[in-house]
Amino acid sequence: MTNRQPHPFLMSVLAGGLLLAITVYGFHGIGVAEAAATVPSPGWVTILILAATAAAWWLLGNLSALKGWPLLSIIVPAVFGLSLLLGWEFICRGYGVPKVLLPAPSQVWDAFFRELPTLIGDFRQTFMKAVIAGFALGNVLGLATALIVDRVPFLQLGLLPLGNMVSAVPVIGIAPIMVMWFGFGWESKTAVIVFMIFFPMLVNALAGLNAADAMQRDLMRSYAAGYWATLFKLRLPAALPFLFNALKINSTLALIGAIVAEFFGSPISGMGFRISVEVARMNVDVVWATIAVAALAGSLSYGLIALLERRLTSWHASFRTRS
Amino acid sequence: MSDGILQGVKDKALPVLAVVALIILGWYALSVALNWAQVSERLVKDGGAPGVADIVKGTWSMERPVLPSPDQVAVEFAKTTFGVKVTAKKSLVYHATVTASATLVSFALGALLGILLAIGIVHVQTLDRSLMPWVIASQTVPILAIAPMIIVVLGNIGITGLVPKSIISMYLCFFPVTIGMVKGLRSPDPMELDLMRSYNASQAQVFWKLRLPASVPFLFASLKVAVAISLTGAIVGELPTGASAGLGARLLSGSYYGQTVQIWSALFMAAILGATLVYGIGGIERLVLGRAGQSASARS
Repeated sequence: MTNRQPHPFLMSVLAGGLLLAITVYGFHGIGVAEAAATVPSPGWVTILILAATAAAWWLLGNLSALKGWPLLSIIVPAVFGLSLLLGWEFICRGYGVPKVLLPAPSQVWDAFFRELPTLIGDFRQTFMKAVIAGFALGNVLGLATALIVDRVPFLQLGLLPLGNMVSAVPVIGIAPIMVMWFGFGWESKTAVIVFMIFFPMLVNALAGLNAADAMQRDLMRSYAAGYWATLFKLRLPAALPFLFNALKINSTLALIGAIVAEFFGSPISGMGFRISVEVARMNVDVVWATIAVAALAGSLSYGLIALLERRLTSWHASFRTRS
Repeated sequence: MSDGILQGVKDKALPVLAVVALIILGWYALSVALNWAQVSERLVKDGGAPGVADIVKGTWSMERPVLPSPDQVAVEFAKTTFGVKVTAKKSLVYHATVTASATLVSFALGALLGILLAIGIVHVQTLDRSLMPWVIASQTVPILAIAPMIIVVLGNIGITGLVPKSIISMYLCFFPVTIGMVKGLRSPDPMELDLMRSYNASQAQVFWKLRLPASVPFLFASLKVAVAISLTGAIVGELPTGASAGLGARLLSGSYYGQTVQIWSALFMAAILGATLVYGIGGIERLVLGRAGQSASARS
């Protein structure tokens, strides 16, 4: 529908200019009101937000209709994200939403730089210690167990249904127990992560080890390849897409596990600790800044794994068809 | 015929039971190992030289063990599930009901939102280009971590009870549904779409007669994931100090007072609840797909 528009590029520029003008006008109006220690009239803010939404939608529609531009798959979502932030800022500052309820993005931004040393300390405690150790240990244990289970069919029949059942269980509940066993330090968080990510890895690795088909295994046998040669040259490479699937799921789970486990007890740093303490002190902007750090860490690790996957499994159908 | 079924049960159930038995044995051993130091210390303090048998017996009957033995957990579970009135504060059924109601409300809302969003993404190019990348990226954000904050903040403006918990779980569980449904609504291949076009079918007809039926297996696969996440969200949502009911509150109070047996029985209740929800959806899936003439494993 949208691609019937006459000149998507020209219209994009026009819509972008309109959005920019509305933004500048809006911030000016809000700034004048804030300088006088009041809030602008709600009717004006509502009209402003509606106008900005319409302009952003028009811009996005035209940008989506563009064809053959480089980086378009990044620009369109980026514009969408920025528009959301803009709307959030307008709503918070325009209607004078109390900071305790929802801070504006600019306030979160300020809090981020104001509390940067604390946030870095929390990141070190939670991510560099607990998450990385737990992620490595849990995945290695899951893969190793899968290799053992793979050799013992009886275990495979017994453990796989249990592994599938665990996916329905809120494993996060073991957090208080792990905190009791391993203390308030990062070790208890690592233990929670290991428990959380062990089964996704096990189930995916078992499926992956069966991914090489009978014909390929026969070929290996006809080369007189032993178990280990078959494992390293055929079955593990064939399992890689499954392993990466598990790694991606686990990267998010690991961060969640560490943060939630810190709610049950932690030393005086850590992202979960920061969130619970600053909520109690009503510093909601610092909480949002911590969440931004967590989101950034989560997205970056996910991206890193996805990049590695692209490198190592470029032969797989899901990537091959794209090029 | 019945021989075949019996054989099937034997082949399938035996290994599972063997592994479960192994886990329970290992659990007993672990509880001896973890509780050993405390029990032997106490027995020595009480005077006398305890034998190995005394200590082992002691490790399985401590009041606040490091790791309770399976039978302690089973007894506590039975006591708090069947031994007290369902409406009592001590009843595990009561807490499970609180958590389950939050889970189900949020699951229904989240699934509905997810489906609507997916329909929008499939039909509106602008949404597809701008929103879809964010839906995928949002999966990498540990959103569960802000659950307690939302509870506290909404509590400050007077919203308490079911609503804040449901908001979190809803937020958590609509992403898998959106992604699964987008995949499902796009699953008809070009040939099938061409056929619809050759019938001169309108976009609405393509949706109701082709896309929606084709997406059902995908929908159920993601609903199973979503309900499990939704339960986790509800439990984590109960963690802040305000909550006094629900399995999460039970976990937290257990951890405050060192009541390990209580934590473990709450954990088992959560596991049973999760399994029930997922298998329930699996049952509905078989029912729906069976009526539509597809087998459950056909596409997913």
